[in-house]
Amino acid sequence: MTVPNFDALSVGDEIPSLTTEPVSRLTLALYATGSGDHHPLHLDQDYVRSKGMPDVFAHGMLGMAYLGRQLTQWVPQEAIRSFGVRFTAITQIGERMVCTGKVVEKLEQGGEKCVRLELTCANEQGEAKHKADAVVALA
Amino acid sequence: MLIDKKHIGMKVPPHSVHLTAWQLKWFAKATGEANPIYFDEAAAHKAGLPGVLAPPTFCFCMDMDKEQPFDYLETMGCDFSKMLHAEQSFVYHKPIYSGDTLDFDGQITDIYDKKNGALQFVVKDVKVRRQGELVCELRTVIVIRA
Repeated sequence: MTVPNFDALSVGDEIPSLTTEPVSRLTLALYATGSGDHHPLHLDQDYVRSKGMPDVFAHGMLGMAYLGRQLTQWVPQEAIRSFGVRFTAITQIGERMVCTGKVVEKLEQGGEKCVRLELTCANEQGEAKHKADAVVALA
Repeated sequence: MLIDKKHIGMKVPPHSVHLTAWQLKWFAKATGEANPIYFDEAAAHKAGLPGVLAPPTFCFCMDMDKEQPFDYLETMGCDFSKMLHAEQSFVYHKPIYSGDTLDFDGQITDIYDKKNGALQFVVKDVKVRRQGELVCELRTVIVIRA
């Protein structure tokens, strides 16, 4: 994988998007195994209904993992300097996640040429679930 | 009830985690990862890596990998059923691989509220070290709804 060229990028440029398979109950069971997070809100419909909610919903960190995949499809992981997310809405079963991102700043940080990205993980209707930013070092 | 700000500065009980390729394999399967350096030890070695590469958010899972991951909220007397993950961030220093044993050293660095106390936020900062070397820093913000 080659690192994108700093000089060739401009503020406003989009990075390649990532669209996932619809989030299923199996996805959440697999994520519980992989992450170690077995909270019943994500797995046990009886528990969720007893709390007055209609159905289980996705782990917030699953959406952040999708955004991480979007980043590592674009640059090698060692180029990522920082990565942060705000969880703004719940992801429901059956929703396909669409991760998009664009360059919002070109900067020097720690002697390296970097870009700051704004990233969004939304459903197909465009409802943002997670808003993120990342700083990536470029060649 | 507002959380007592005296808890700012409180140390979280430290813990250590040994990372296995097995767990990374399941994480990759769950997140739809197709790049084998994230799930196949042989492919990772072929790519010159010492083990399967932990993806960018995986340190959070290891930070949660303890008997009571929210022990600090319990100490503060928070109602677990009203808590949600509000924000998560990472600063990266070194890559993390299967086979690594990592030490997690956390501290509560802020407590604040919004909307006249209807939303209370607890900020936890964690330093992750491998044999003393800082590899990653995490910030977790939990919101507790009134």
